[in-house]
Amino acid sequence: MRAVITVIGKDMVGILAKVSAECAASNINVLEVTQSILQDMFAMIMMVDISSASVPFDQFADKLEKIGREMNLSIHTMHEDIFNAMHTI
Amino acid sequence: MLNARDILETITMIQDENLDVRTITMGISLLDCCHSDIDVMCSKVYDKITRYAKDLVKTGNEIEKDLGIPIINKRISITPAAMILASCDNKDAVRFAVTLDRAAKECGVNFLGGFSALVQKGFGPGDRELIEAIPEALASTEYLCSSVNIGSTKTGINMDAVGMMGRVVKRSAEMTADKGCIGPAKLVVFCNAPEDNPFMAGAFHGAGEPDCVINVGVSGPGVVRAALAKAGDSLDLTEVADLIKRTAFKITRMGQLVASEASKRLGVPFGIVDLSLAPTPAVGDSVAHILEEMGLEACGCHGTTAALALLNDAVKKGGVMATSHVGGLSGAFIPVTEDAGMIDAARCGALTITKLEAMTAVCSVGLDMINIPGDTPADVISAIIADEAAIGMVNSKTTAVRVIPAIGKKVGDELSFGGLLGTGPVMPVSVYSPSKFIARGGRIPAPMQSLKN
Repeated sequence: MRAVITVIGKDMVGILAKVSAECAASNINVLEVTQSILQDMFAMIMMVDISSASVPFDQFADKLEKIGREMNLSIHTMHEDIFNAMHTI
Repeated sequence: MLNARDILETITMIQDENLDVRTITMGISLLDCCHSDIDVMCSKVYDKITRYAKDLVKTGNEIEKDLGIPIINKRISITPAAMILASCDNKDAVRFAVTLDRAAKECGVNFLGGFSALVQKGFGPGDRELIEAIPEALASTEYLCSSVNIGSTKTGINMDAVGMMGRVVKRSAEMTADKGCIGPAKLVVFCNAPEDNPFMAGAFHGAGEPDCVINVGVSGPGVVRAALAKAGDSLDLTEVADLIKRTAFKITRMGQLVASEASKRLGVPFGIVDLSLAPTPAVGDSVAHILEEMGLEACGCHGTTAALALLNDAVKKGGVMATSHVGGLSGAFIPVTEDAGMIDAARCGALTITKLEAMTAVCSVGLDMINIPGDTPADVISAIIADEAAIGMVNSKTTAVRVIPAIGKKVGDELSFGGLLGTGPVMPVSVYSPSKFIARGGRIPAPMQSLKN
């Protein structure tokens, strides 16, 4: 099972470190990271493997959202299924 | 493989453009709850609903968390209550209504639909008792929604029922006058009512449906409007239709995903996805604003019917490939008080009931959530219902009337319901009387279109 973490907002030092530290703490493996400027926003997208996560998915998503709020970023963690459903036939 | 643009598009749709799944509705058959003793029947009904739907809200919330898609409502629809009531010696419909309300509260859903009767051809046992009890039932319950089907393409229009429903709507408003006339906001009068509609207030679980089923209604007017806004004014209308189709496809795929997930987790068969654009009073979630984005100065001006026809058709064409089973109402909704753009258009006089009536010929429902003067005579309401039913009957489509007589208010005053039901101005109706026509009663025969065999 895979999930997509998106971080949107103003670029700053330590974003990747914070988010990946949180992943490591929850035994979530980072598979892929891309960064780009899209629609005038800095966007980092991480593909992660949640199959052996040590915390329930919703708690993990809430935790990242909280980190995002503290850093004035918007962080969303969503199941991969939703993107596949909407964008692939 | 997913690309960054697609991922960000989905996030933007959910965060900024109000994309959501409007409702997961569990349809439950109550046919096995029939009993001649109403107390026994009510306890069987309560037990069955609370047993089947006990995990509905919890599961909906879990899916919302896991997939990251807002699921706004979890609801229940039941077999038309009049069919169950028919089995009782004492046809106390209000007692039945209160039981249903208690079951809805216990399950934590925000509406339970199906306090309904299907009388398109005539009144069966229990039908009259139920219809006459609707005003009191809606006044003494919180979660209950009611609907009555008074016509169909196959049967014509039952004008006795139409006459009755004018009085019921009026009475329902009077009995809830102290609660903002909320009664008729939960009462829909249908022609060609669909049996698998997940949307309220008109949801019921038809007699041909399985024991239990999951139906999902998607939403997303904000997403369609935003897509059109981003594309700018250079698109011609064929390109506009294509863009709406592509957007509707994505919205519906999300609905399909939620429906199949809910069906799997609850162990209940998946019924249908309803491909409707359902507005809310929230800014940026309006069907009227889509029409205005297409180039109309205000919703209701000349050109609105054509724009709506394009929108409605494109939504269906885009959505139909995205789901395995389409059903319910499937089209664009135009409820006035629930749509920020419609409210503004009605306030400034651009949108009138006569224009809305024309619009209902090309979209998925009918005259929906319209406040009318509190002193509107019952036979005028009946005549509004008859006109709508005629449009539905002749065009082989669903039409409905949900008008709210604003007791004590006149044209231009505001009536507010709060929440998803919204707010809106009282709109004028014709002052000329159809009373003799309505008083004739009888049945309007089914049109030639019904002879398809």
